[in-house]
Amino acid sequence: MTIVLSGRKVVPGVVEGEALVSHETISGWGGIDPAKGTIIERRHELFGVCFTGKILVFPGAKGSSGWSGFFQTTRLMGTAPLGMIFTVITTKAALGAVVTRVPAVTDLDRDPVAVINTGDWVRIDADRGLVEVKEHA
Amino acid sequence: MRLTDHEKAMLDGSEGPAVAAAMDLLVRYGEALDAGGLCDIRNVAGTMTQPSPAKAKLVAEGGWDKAFAVINLDSDADLDIPDMRIPTCQLQQGFGSDADGVAPYPRQFVELQEDAESFYGRKGVNILATCTPYQVGNLPVRGEHVAWMESSAVIYANSVLGARTNCEGTASTGAASLTGKIPCWGNHLPENRYGTHLIDVEVPVRDFLDWGMLGYFAGDLVQEERPVITGDIGIPELADLKHFGAAAASSGGVELYHIPGITPEAATPGDAFGARPVSEAVGYGPRERRRMYETLNSQGNKSDVDFILLGCPHASIDQVCRAAKALEGRQLNSGTQLWMMVPRALKAIADRSGYTEIIESAGGKLLADSCPAMSRSAPEGTTVFATDSAKQAHYLPAILGIEAWFGTLEDCVNAAITGRWTGELR
Repeated sequence: MTIVLSGRKVVPGVVEGEALVSHETISGWGGIDPAKGTIIERRHELFGVCFTGKILVFPGAKGSSGWSGFFQTTRLMGTAPLGMIFTVITTKAALGAVVTRVPAVTDLDRDPVAVINTGDWVRIDADRGLVEVKEHA
Repeated sequence: MRLTDHEKAMLDGSEGPAVAAAMDLLVRYGEALDAGGLCDIRNVAGTMTQPSPAKAKLVAEGGWDKAFAVINLDSDADLDIPDMRIPTCQLQQGFGSDADGVAPYPRQFVELQEDAESFYGRKGVNILATCTPYQVGNLPVRGEHVAWMESSAVIYANSVLGARTNCEGTASTGAASLTGKIPCWGNHLPENRYGTHLIDVEVPVRDFLDWGMLGYFAGDLVQEERPVITGDIGIPELADLKHFGAAAASSGGVELYHIPGITPEAATPGDAFGARPVSEAVGYGPRERRRMYETLNSQGNKSDVDFILLGCPHASIDQVCRAAKALEGRQLNSGTQLWMMVPRALKAIADRSGYTEIIESAGGKLLADSCPAMSRSAPEGTTVFATDSAKQAHYLPAILGIEAWFGTLEDCVNAAITGRWTGELR
Protein backbone atom coordinates (compact mmCIF):
# COMPACT_ATOMS: atom_id res chain seq x y z
CA MET A 1 0.00 0.00 0.00
CA THR A 2 1.28 3.46 -0.86
CA ILE A 3 0.48 6.50 1.27
CA VAL A 4 1.06 10.01 -0.01
CA LEU A 5 1.75 12.90 2.36
CA SER A 6 1.64 16.47 1.18
CA GLY A 7 3.64 19.31 2.69
CA ARG A 8 6.25 21.92 1.96
CA LYS A 9 9.74 21.96 0.49
CA VAL A 10 12.62 22.74 2.85
CA VAL A 11 15.44 21.77 0.49
CA PRO A 12 14.66 21.00 -3.19
CA GLY A 13 15.31 17.70 -4.92
CA VAL A 14 13.93 14.21 -5.39
CA VAL A 15 15.29 11.14 -3.63
CA GLU A 16 14.12 7.70 -2.56
CA GLY A 17 15.32 5.19 -0.04
CA GLU A 18 14.68 3.33 3.17
CA ALA A 19 13.21 5.20 6.11
CA LEU A 20 14.82 5.43 9.52
CA VAL A 21 12.24 6.79 11.95
CA SER A 22 13.05 8.46 15.25
CA HIS A 23 10.08 9.11 17.53
CA GLU A 24 12.27 11.32 19.68
CA THR A 25 13.82 14.64 18.68
CA ILE A 26 17.50 14.46 17.71
CA SER A 27 20.48 16.39 19.05
CA GLY A 28 23.18 17.26 16.52
CA TRP A 29 26.13 18.41 18.63
CA GLY A 30 26.52 15.84 21.38
CA GLY A 31 23.81 13.64 19.85
CA ILE A 32 25.44 12.34 16.66
CA ASP A 33 28.90 11.23 15.61
CA PRO A 34 29.35 12.83 12.18
CA ALA A 35 32.39 10.67 11.34
CA LYS A 36 30.27 7.50 11.62
CA GLY A 37 26.81 8.88 10.92
CA THR A 38 25.41 7.37 14.12
CA ILE A 39 23.20 8.54 16.98
CA ILE A 40 25.30 8.67 20.17
CA GLU A 41 22.89 10.09 22.75
CA ARG A 42 22.79 7.27 25.28
CA ARG A 43 19.15 7.45 26.25
CA HIS A 44 17.96 7.88 22.65
CA GLU A 45 15.80 5.16 21.10
CA LEU A 46 18.23 5.05 18.14
CA PHE A 47 21.42 4.95 20.24
CA GLY A 48 24.15 3.38 18.10
CA VAL A 49 22.05 3.35 14.91
CA CYS A 50 23.53 4.68 11.64
CA PHE A 51 21.51 7.08 9.48
CA THR A 52 23.92 7.25 6.53
CA GLY A 53 22.09 6.73 3.26
CA LYS A 54 18.70 6.57 4.98
CA ILE A 55 15.71 8.89 4.79
CA LEU A 56 15.76 10.29 8.31
CA VAL A 57 12.24 10.84 9.65
CA PHE A 58 12.10 12.67 12.98
CA PRO A 59 9.91 15.04 15.02
CA GLY A 60 12.50 17.83 15.02
CA ALA A 61 15.86 19.05 16.26
CA LYS A 62 16.80 19.69 19.86
CA GLY A 63 19.77 20.87 21.86
CA SER A 64 22.77 22.86 20.74
CA SER A 65 23.01 25.20 17.79
CA GLY A 66 25.87 23.00 16.62
CA TRP A 67 23.07 20.93 15.02
CA SER A 68 23.55 22.35 11.53
CA GLY A 69 27.35 22.26 11.70
CA PHE A 70 27.33 18.61 12.74
CA PHE A 71 24.95 17.63 9.95
CA GLN A 72 26.98 19.74 7.48
CA THR A 73 29.98 17.68 8.61
CA THR A 74 28.14 14.46 7.74
CA ARG A 75 27.98 15.77 4.17
CA LEU A 76 31.68 16.64 4.16
CA MET A 77 32.56 13.21 5.59
CA GLY A 78 30.19 11.20 3.41
CA THR A 79 27.97 9.97 6.23
CA ALA A 80 24.90 12.12 5.56
CA PRO A 81 21.35 10.84 5.44
CA LEU A 82 19.80 10.62 1.99
CA GLY A 83 16.89 12.91 2.81
CA MET A 84 15.08 14.43 5.76
CA ILE A 85 11.41 14.49 6.74
CA PHE A 86 10.52 16.25 9.94
CA THR A 87 7.44 17.35 11.82
CA VAL A 88 8.38 20.62 13.50
CA ILE A 89 10.44 23.22 11.67
CA THR A 90 13.03 25.12 13.71
CA THR A 91 16.10 27.07 12.67
CA LYS A 92 18.28 24.11 13.63
CA ALA A 93 16.42 21.62 11.44
CA ALA A 94 15.99 24.10 8.56
CA LEU A 95 19.60 25.24 8.44
CA GLY A 96 20.77 21.69 9.13
CA ALA A 97 18.86 20.37 6.12
CA VAL A 98 20.08 23.29 3.95
CA VAL A 99 23.76 22.68 4.70
CA THR A 100 23.40 18.87 4.54
CA ARG A 101 22.06 19.63 1.04
CA VAL A 102 19.65 16.69 0.96
CA PRO A 103 16.02 16.87 -0.19
CA ALA A 104 13.87 17.75 2.79
CA VAL A 105 10.21 18.41 3.54
CA THR A 106 8.08 19.48 6.50
CA ASP A 107 4.60 20.80 7.35
CA LEU A 108 3.04 17.56 6.08
CA ASP A 109 -0.71 16.97 6.29
CA ARG A 110 -0.14 13.97 8.58
CA ASP A 111 2.59 13.54 11.17
CA PRO A 112 5.33 11.66 9.29
CA VAL A 113 6.69 10.12 12.48
CA ALA A 114 3.31 8.49 13.13
CA VAL A 115 2.72 7.38 9.51
CA ILE A 116 6.17 6.16 8.44
CA ASN A 117 7.91 3.13 9.95
CA THR A 118 11.58 2.25 9.91
CA GLY A 119 12.20 0.06 6.87
CA ASP A 120 9.44 1.59 4.75
CA TRP A 121 10.48 2.66 1.25
CA VAL A 122 10.07 6.43 0.95
CA ARG A 123 10.25 8.80 -2.01
CA ILE A 124 10.65 12.52 -1.31
CA ASP A 125 9.69 14.90 -4.09
CA ALA A 126 10.63 18.06 -2.24
CA ASP A 127 9.96 20.34 -5.20
CA ARG A 128 6.28 19.34 -5.07
CA GLY A 129 6.25 18.90 -1.30
CA LEU A 130 5.24 15.24 -1.59
CA VAL A 131 6.26 12.11 0.31
CA GLU A 132 5.27 8.66 -0.98
CA VAL A 133 5.50 5.83 1.53
CA LYS A 134 5.52 2.17 0.53
CA GLU A 135 5.02 0.09 3.63
CA HIS A 136 7.62 -2.54 4.39
CA ALA A 137 6.04 -5.98 3.86
CA MET B 1 10.92 35.49 0.25
CA ARG B 2 10.83 39.24 -0.36
CA LEU B 3 14.23 40.93 -0.67
CA THR B 4 14.92 44.65 -0.63
CA ASP B 5 16.72 46.19 -3.61
CA HIS B 6 19.92 46.30 -1.55
CA GLU B 7 19.57 42.63 -0.61
CA LYS B 8 18.93 41.68 -4.24
CA ALA B 9 22.02 43.63 -5.29
CA MET B 10 24.12 41.85 -2.66
CA LEU B 11 22.78 38.51 -3.89
CA ASP B 12 23.71 39.51 -7.45
CA GLY B 13 27.29 40.28 -6.46
CA SER B 14 27.33 44.08 -6.09
CA GLU B 15 29.44 43.73 -2.96
CA GLY B 16 31.66 40.90 -4.09
CA PRO B 17 31.38 37.13 -4.35
CA ALA B 18 31.67 36.36 -0.62
CA VAL B 19 28.75 38.65 0.23
CA ALA B 20 26.81 37.11 -2.67
CA ALA B 21 27.50 33.62 -1.32
CA ALA B 22 26.39 34.77 2.13
CA MET B 23 23.13 36.12 0.66
CA ASP B 24 22.64 32.88 -1.27
CA LEU B 25 22.86 30.88 1.97
CA LEU B 26 20.51 33.29 3.75
CA VAL B 27 17.97 33.00 0.91
CA ARG B 28 18.15 29.17 0.90
CA TYR B 29 17.81 29.20 4.67
CA GLY B 30 15.01 31.79 4.70
CA GLU B 31 13.08 29.79 2.11
CA ALA B 32 13.58 26.60 4.14
CA LEU B 33 11.97 28.42 7.06
CA ASP B 34 9.24 29.95 4.87
CA ALA B 35 10.33 33.37 6.18
CA GLY B 36 8.82 36.50 4.66
CA GLY B 37 12.12 38.36 4.47
CA LEU B 38 15.33 39.27 6.28
CA CYS B 39 15.94 41.49 9.36
CA ASP B 40 18.76 43.97 9.81
CA ILE B 41 21.10 42.98 12.61
CA ARG B 42 24.26 44.46 14.11
CA ASN B 43 25.49 41.77 16.50
CA VAL B 44 26.67 38.24 15.70
CA ALA B 45 27.95 35.58 18.10
CA GLY B 46 29.14 32.54 16.19
CA THR B 47 31.64 29.74 15.88
CA MET B 48 34.52 30.22 13.47
CA THR B 49 37.85 29.34 15.09
CA GLN B 50 36.83 25.99 16.66
CA PRO B 51 39.27 23.40 15.28
CA SER B 52 38.04 20.15 13.73
CA PRO B 53 39.45 17.49 11.39
CA ALA B 54 37.15 18.72 8.61
CA LYS B 55 38.42 22.28 9.05
CA ALA B 56 42.07 21.19 9.16
CA LYS B 57 41.55 19.47 5.81
CA LEU B 58 39.93 22.55 4.26
CA VAL B 59 42.67 24.86 5.55
CA ALA B 60 45.32 22.54 4.12
CA GLU B 61 43.54 22.65 0.76
CA GLY B 62 42.81 26.36 0.49
CA GLY B 63 43.63 28.28 3.63
CA TRP B 64 41.22 29.99 6.01
CA ASP B 65 39.31 31.70 3.20
CA LYS B 66 38.28 28.26 1.99
CA ALA B 67 37.43 27.05 5.50
CA PHE B 68 35.21 30.12 5.99
CA ALA B 69 33.56 29.65 2.58
CA VAL B 70 32.70 25.99 3.19
CA ILE B 71 31.92 25.95 6.92
CA ASN B 72 30.64 29.48 7.61
CA LEU B 73 28.92 30.23 4.29
CA ASP B 74 28.16 26.71 2.99
CA SER B 75 29.71 27.71 -0.34
CA ASP B 76 31.95 25.57 -2.55
CA ALA B 77 33.26 28.62 -4.46
CA ASP B 78 36.81 29.90 -4.09
CA LEU B 79 36.21 33.14 -2.17
CA ASP B 80 38.30 35.92 -0.66
CA ILE B 81 36.69 36.66 2.69
CA PRO B 82 36.25 40.40 3.38
CA ASP B 83 36.15 42.03 6.81
CA MET B 84 33.06 41.37 8.91
CA ARG B 85 30.40 43.96 8.11
CA ILE B 86 29.01 44.10 11.66
CA PRO B 87 30.34 43.40 15.17
CA THR B 88 30.96 39.66 15.47
CA CYS B 89 32.37 37.62 18.32
CA GLN B 90 33.80 34.13 18.53
CA LEU B 91 32.05 31.87 21.03
CA GLN B 92 33.82 29.07 22.89
CA GLN B 93 36.35 27.03 20.93
CA GLY B 94 39.10 24.48 21.59
CA PHE B 95 41.68 24.64 24.37
CA GLY B 96 44.56 27.10 24.05
CA SER B 97 48.26 26.50 24.62
CA ASP B 98 47.94 27.30 28.34
CA ALA B 99 45.97 24.04 28.68
CA ASP B 100 48.94 22.04 27.30
CA GLY B 101 49.78 19.29 29.75
CA VAL B 102 46.41 19.66 31.51
CA ALA B 103 43.83 18.85 28.84
CA PRO B 104 44.87 15.98 26.56
CA TYR B 105 43.97 18.07 23.56
CA PRO B 106 45.79 17.53 20.25
CA ARG B 107 48.71 19.90 19.77
CA GLN B 108 47.82 20.32 16.09
CA PHE B 109 44.39 21.64 17.10
CA VAL B 110 45.96 24.19 19.46
CA GLU B 111 48.14 25.39 16.57
CA LEU B 112 45.25 25.35 14.10
CA GLN B 113 43.20 27.44 16.50
CA GLU B 114 45.98 29.98 17.06
CA ASP B 115 46.25 30.33 13.31
CA ALA B 116 42.47 30.72 13.09
CA GLU B 117 42.44 33.42 15.76
CA SER B 118 44.93 35.52 13.86
CA PHE B 119 42.97 35.15 10.60
CA TYR B 120 39.56 35.90 12.10
CA GLY B 121 40.89 38.65 14.36
CA ARG B 122 42.24 40.44 11.29
CA LYS B 123 38.80 40.14 9.70
CA GLY B 124 37.19 41.88 12.68
CA VAL B 125 36.02 38.94 14.80
CA ASN B 126 36.35 39.65 18.53
CA ILE B 127 37.90 36.52 20.03
CA LEU B 128 35.84 36.46 23.24
CA ALA B 129 36.20 32.68 23.23
CA THR B 130 33.30 32.01 25.56
CA CYS B 131 29.83 30.48 25.44
CA THR B 132 28.73 33.43 27.59
CA PRO B 133 29.56 36.57 25.58
CA TYR B 134 27.07 38.46 27.77
CA GLN B 135 29.38 37.91 30.76
CA VAL B 136 32.26 39.73 29.08
CA GLY B 137 30.71 42.75 27.45
CA ASN B 138 28.64 41.63 24.47
CA LEU B 139 25.22 42.84 25.61
CA PRO B 140 22.66 43.55 22.91
CA VAL B 141 19.89 45.90 23.97
CA ARG B 142 16.25 45.00 24.53
CA GLY B 143 14.36 44.58 21.26
CA GLU B 144 17.52 44.42 19.13
CA HIS B 145 17.61 41.78 16.38
CA VAL B 146 20.80 39.73 16.61
CA ALA B 147 22.18 36.46 15.20
CA TRP B 148 23.58 34.28 17.95
CA MET B 149 24.31 30.62 18.20
CA GLU B 150 25.13 28.48 21.28
CA SER B 151 21.88 27.33 22.84
CA SER B 152 22.61 28.70 26.32
CA ALA B 153 23.60 32.12 24.93
CA VAL B 154 20.52 32.29 22.69
CA ILE B 155 18.11 31.61 25.54
CA TYR B 156 19.91 34.18 27.71
CA ALA B 157 19.85 36.84 24.97
CA ASN B 158 16.14 36.35 24.28
CA SER B 159 14.90 35.89 27.81
CA VAL B 160 17.15 37.84 30.14
CA LEU B 161 18.31 40.62 27.79
CA GLY B 162 15.15 40.87 25.67
CA ALA B 163 17.15 40.84 22.42
CA ARG B 164 15.68 38.85 19.53
CA THR B 165 17.47 35.89 18.05
CA ASN B 166 16.73 32.43 16.80
CA CYS B 167 19.09 29.60 17.58
CA GLU B 168 21.43 30.22 14.66
CA GLY B 169 24.11 27.93 13.33
CA THR B 170 27.65 28.13 12.02
CA ALA B 171 26.69 28.91 8.45
CA SER B 172 23.90 31.38 9.22
CA THR B 173 26.06 33.38 11.65
CA GLY B 174 28.91 33.45 9.12
CA ALA B 175 26.56 34.75 6.45
CA ALA B 176 25.06 37.24 8.91
CA SER B 177 28.51 38.64 9.72
CA LEU B 178 29.16 39.53 6.08
CA THR B 179 25.68 40.94 5.35
CA GLY B 180 24.13 42.26 8.58
CA LYS B 181 21.05 40.16 7.74
CA ILE B 182 19.24 37.10 9.12
CA PRO B 183 15.85 35.54 8.24
CA CYS B 184 13.08 37.42 10.01
CA TRP B 185 11.32 34.40 11.44
CA GLY B 186 10.49 32.81 14.78
CA ASN B 187 11.73 34.77 17.76
CA HIS B 188 12.24 37.92 15.64
CA LEU B 189 8.47 38.30 15.36
CA PRO B 190 6.66 39.67 18.44
CA GLU B 191 3.75 37.24 18.13
CA ASN B 192 6.14 34.30 18.64
CA ARG B 193 7.55 35.64 21.89
CA TYR B 194 4.62 34.93 24.17
CA GLY B 195 4.60 32.11 26.72
CA THR B 196 3.00 28.74 26.01
CA HIS B 197 3.20 26.91 29.36
CA LEU B 198 2.88 28.14 32.94
CA ILE B 199 5.06 26.40 35.52
CA ASP B 200 4.22 27.13 39.15
CA VAL B 201 7.17 26.48 41.43
CA GLU B 202 5.97 24.96 44.71
CA VAL B 203 9.34 24.12 46.30
CA PRO B 204 11.76 26.94 47.11
CA VAL B 205 14.17 27.45 44.19
CA ARG B 206 16.98 29.64 45.43
CA ASP B 207 20.36 28.18 44.53
CA PHE B 208 22.33 27.09 41.50
CA LEU B 209 21.48 23.38 41.86
CA ASP B 210 17.75 24.05 42.04
CA TRP B 211 17.76 26.48 39.12
CA GLY B 212 19.47 23.81 37.01
CA MET B 213 16.91 21.14 37.94
CA LEU B 214 14.02 23.56 37.32
CA GLY B 215 15.48 24.35 33.89
CA TYR B 216 15.85 20.66 33.10
CA PHE B 217 12.20 20.13 34.10
CA ALA B 218 11.00 23.12 32.05
CA GLY B 219 12.86 22.02 28.90
CA ASP B 220 11.63 18.45 29.20
CA LEU B 221 8.05 19.71 29.65
CA VAL B 222 7.83 22.31 26.89
CA GLN B 223 10.44 20.97 24.41
CA GLU B 224 10.71 23.83 21.90
CA GLU B 225 8.04 26.07 23.37
CA ARG B 226 8.16 28.92 25.86
CA PRO B 227 7.77 28.36 29.60
CA VAL B 228 6.59 31.05 32.00
CA ILE B 229 7.89 30.53 35.53
CA THR B 230 6.03 31.74 38.62
CA GLY B 231 6.01 30.76 42.29
CA ASP B 232 8.59 30.34 45.00
CA ILE B 233 11.72 31.46 43.16
CA GLY B 234 13.15 34.54 44.91
CA ILE B 235 15.36 36.78 42.80
CA PRO B 236 17.75 34.72 40.67
CA GLU B 237 21.36 35.71 40.05
CA LEU B 238 22.98 35.89 36.62
CA ALA B 239 24.55 32.47 37.23
CA ASP B 240 21.16 30.96 38.18
CA LEU B 241 19.53 32.21 34.97
CA LYS B 242 22.53 31.08 32.93
CA HIS B 243 22.25 27.57 34.43
CA PHE B 244 18.44 27.47 34.15
CA GLY B 245 18.57 28.41 30.47
CA ALA B 246 21.38 26.01 29.61
CA ALA B 247 19.49 23.15 31.27
CA ALA B 248 16.19 24.04 29.52
CA ALA B 249 18.00 24.17 26.18
CA SER B 250 19.53 20.71 26.85
CA SER B 251 16.50 18.70 27.93
CA GLY B 252 14.36 20.54 25.35
CA GLY B 253 14.99 23.18 22.72
CA VAL B 254 13.88 26.21 24.72
CA GLU B 255 15.04 29.53 23.24
CA LEU B 256 12.86 31.93 25.25
CA TYR B 257 11.23 31.96 28.68
CA HIS B 258 9.62 34.54 30.88
CA ILE B 259 9.82 35.03 34.62
CA PRO B 260 7.20 37.69 35.32
CA GLY B 261 8.68 40.54 37.30
CA ILE B 262 12.26 39.45 36.54
CA THR B 263 12.74 39.12 32.77
CA PRO B 264 12.14 42.27 30.71
CA GLU B 265 9.26 41.33 28.44
CA ALA B 266 6.79 40.33 31.15
CA ALA B 267 5.90 42.28 34.28
CA THR B 268 3.01 39.87 34.95
CA PRO B 269 1.93 36.38 33.79
CA GLY B 270 -0.67 38.17 31.68
CA ASP B 271 2.08 40.08 29.82
CA ALA B 272 3.96 36.84 29.32
CA PHE B 273 1.00 35.23 27.54
CA GLY B 274 -0.15 38.35 25.66
CA ALA B 275 -3.46 37.82 23.91
CA ARG B 276 -3.33 34.06 24.58
CA PRO B 277 -5.14 32.72 27.63
CA VAL B 278 -2.84 32.04 30.58
CA SER B 279 -2.39 28.28 30.48
CA GLU B 280 -3.23 26.03 33.40
CA ALA B 281 -0.20 25.80 35.65
CA VAL B 282 1.97 22.71 35.79
CA GLY B 283 3.30 22.29 39.32
CA TYR B 284 6.98 21.88 40.15
CA GLY B 285 6.96 20.40 43.62
CA PRO B 286 9.10 18.00 45.71
CA ARG B 287 8.19 15.01 43.52
CA GLU B 288 9.20 16.75 40.30
CA ARG B 289 12.37 18.06 41.95
CA ARG B 290 13.30 14.55 43.11
CA ARG B 291 12.57 13.13 39.65
CA MET B 292 14.88 15.69 37.97
CA TYR B 293 17.67 14.94 40.44
CA GLU B 294 17.33 11.21 39.78
CA THR B 295 17.23 11.71 36.02
CA LEU B 296 20.37 13.83 36.08
CA ASN B 297 22.04 11.20 38.26
CA SER B 298 20.92 8.20 36.21
CA GLN B 299 24.23 8.06 34.34
CA GLY B 300 26.40 7.34 37.36
CA ASN B 301 27.09 3.92 38.90
CA LYS B 302 30.59 3.92 40.36
CA SER B 303 31.13 6.17 43.36
CA ASP B 304 34.88 6.62 42.70
CA VAL B 305 35.19 9.92 40.85
CA ASP B 306 38.12 10.77 38.54
CA PHE B 307 37.19 14.23 37.39
CA ILE B 308 35.21 17.25 38.61
CA LEU B 309 33.95 19.80 36.14
CA LEU B 310 32.66 23.18 37.28
CA GLY B 311 31.43 26.07 35.20
CA CYS B 312 29.16 25.21 32.31
CA PRO B 313 28.15 27.52 30.80
CA HIS B 314 31.42 29.35 31.57
CA ALA B 315 31.54 30.40 35.22
CA SER B 316 30.79 33.89 36.43
CA ILE B 317 33.43 35.57 38.57
CA ASP B 318 31.16 34.99 41.59
CA GLN B 319 31.09 31.26 40.86
CA VAL B 320 34.90 31.26 40.65
CA CYS B 321 35.05 33.10 43.96
CA ARG B 322 32.73 30.52 45.59
CA ALA B 323 34.78 27.63 44.22
CA ALA B 324 37.96 29.21 45.57
CA LYS B 325 36.37 29.58 49.02
CA ALA B 326 35.24 25.94 48.97
CA LEU B 327 38.74 24.75 47.99
CA GLU B 328 40.78 27.06 50.20
CA GLY B 329 43.30 25.18 52.34
CA ARG B 330 42.21 21.77 50.99
CA GLN B 331 43.94 19.29 48.68
CA LEU B 332 42.41 17.27 45.89
CA ASN B 333 42.55 13.51 46.11
CA SER B 334 45.56 12.22 44.17
CA GLY B 335 43.34 10.34 41.71
CA THR B 336 40.90 13.17 41.05
CA GLN B 337 41.26 16.25 38.88
CA LEU B 338 39.18 19.42 38.98
CA TRP B 339 38.70 21.86 36.13
CA MET B 340 36.70 25.03 36.28
CA MET B 341 35.80 26.63 32.94
CA VAL B 342 35.75 30.40 32.74
CA PRO B 343 35.78 33.10 30.03
CA ARG B 344 39.38 34.24 29.46
CA ALA B 345 38.48 37.84 30.30
CA LEU B 346 37.16 36.68 33.68
CA LYS B 347 40.19 34.46 34.21
CA ALA B 348 42.26 37.65 34.12
CA ILE B 349 40.07 38.98 36.95
CA ALA B 350 40.32 35.67 38.84
CA ASP B 351 44.12 35.82 38.52
CA ARG B 352 44.22 39.37 39.92
CA SER B 353 41.77 38.53 42.69
CA GLY B 354 43.86 35.59 43.88
CA TYR B 355 41.16 32.99 43.16
CA THR B 356 43.26 31.19 40.55
CA GLU B 357 46.08 30.73 43.03
CA ILE B 358 43.75 29.26 45.66
CA ILE B 359 42.17 26.84 43.18
CA GLU B 360 45.58 25.79 41.83
CA SER B 361 47.08 25.39 45.31
CA ALA B 362 44.34 22.85 46.02
CA GLY B 363 45.32 21.04 42.81
CA GLY B 364 42.53 22.36 40.58
CA LYS B 365 42.77 24.21 37.28
CA LEU B 366 41.02 27.30 36.00
CA LEU B 367 40.78 26.86 32.22
CA ALA B 368 39.54 29.25 29.55
CA ASP B 369 38.23 29.26 25.97
CA SER B 370 36.71 25.80 25.85
CA CYS B 371 35.16 22.95 27.83
CA PRO B 372 35.37 19.14 27.81
CA ALA B 373 32.29 18.94 25.60
CA MET B 374 33.53 21.38 22.93
CA SER B 375 37.04 19.94 22.91
CA ARG B 376 36.00 16.34 23.66
CA SER B 377 38.79 16.36 26.18
CA ALA B 378 38.81 15.25 29.83
CA PRO B 379 41.76 14.16 31.99
CA GLU B 380 43.36 10.94 30.72
CA GLY B 381 41.64 7.83 32.00
CA THR B 382 38.45 9.53 33.21
CA THR B 383 35.62 7.04 33.60
CA VAL B 384 33.43 8.90 36.11
CA PHE B 385 32.94 12.63 36.45
CA ALA B 386 30.91 14.91 38.68
CA THR B 387 29.57 18.33 37.82
CA ASP B 388 27.37 21.13 39.09
CA SER B 389 26.10 21.65 35.52
CA ALA B 390 22.87 20.02 34.37
CA LYS B 391 23.97 20.64 30.78
CA GLN B 392 27.28 18.78 31.15
CA ALA B 393 25.58 15.94 33.07
CA HIS B 394 23.24 15.68 30.08
CA TYR B 395 25.81 15.80 27.26
CA LEU B 396 29.16 14.55 28.48
CA PRO B 397 28.29 10.85 28.99
CA ALA B 398 27.38 10.66 25.29
CA ILE B 399 30.31 12.75 24.05
CA LEU B 400 33.05 11.10 26.12
CA GLY B 401 31.43 7.79 27.08
CA ILE B 402 31.86 8.41 30.81
CA GLU B 403 29.58 8.21 33.84
CA ALA B 404 28.14 11.38 35.37
CA TRP B 405 27.14 12.64 38.81
CA PHE B 406 25.26 15.90 39.26
CA GLY B 407 25.15 17.92 42.46
CA THR B 408 26.02 21.12 44.26
CA LEU B 409 29.37 22.92 44.14
CA GLU B 410 30.00 21.59 47.66
CA ASP B 411 29.18 17.99 46.66
CA CYS B 412 31.55 18.35 43.72
CA VAL B 413 34.35 19.85 45.82
CA ASN B 414 33.91 17.10 48.43
CA ALA B 415 34.19 14.49 45.69
CA ALA B 416 37.36 16.20 44.48
CA ILE B 417 38.86 16.05 47.98
CA THR B 418 37.83 12.47 48.85
CA GLY B 419 37.70 10.92 45.39
CA ARG B 420 34.23 9.60 46.16
CA TRP B 421 30.76 10.79 45.24
CA THR B 422 28.53 11.21 48.30
CA GLY B 423 26.10 13.76 46.89
CA GLU B 424 22.43 13.49 47.67
CA LEU B 425 19.34 15.63 47.34
CA ARG B 426 18.85 17.69 50.46
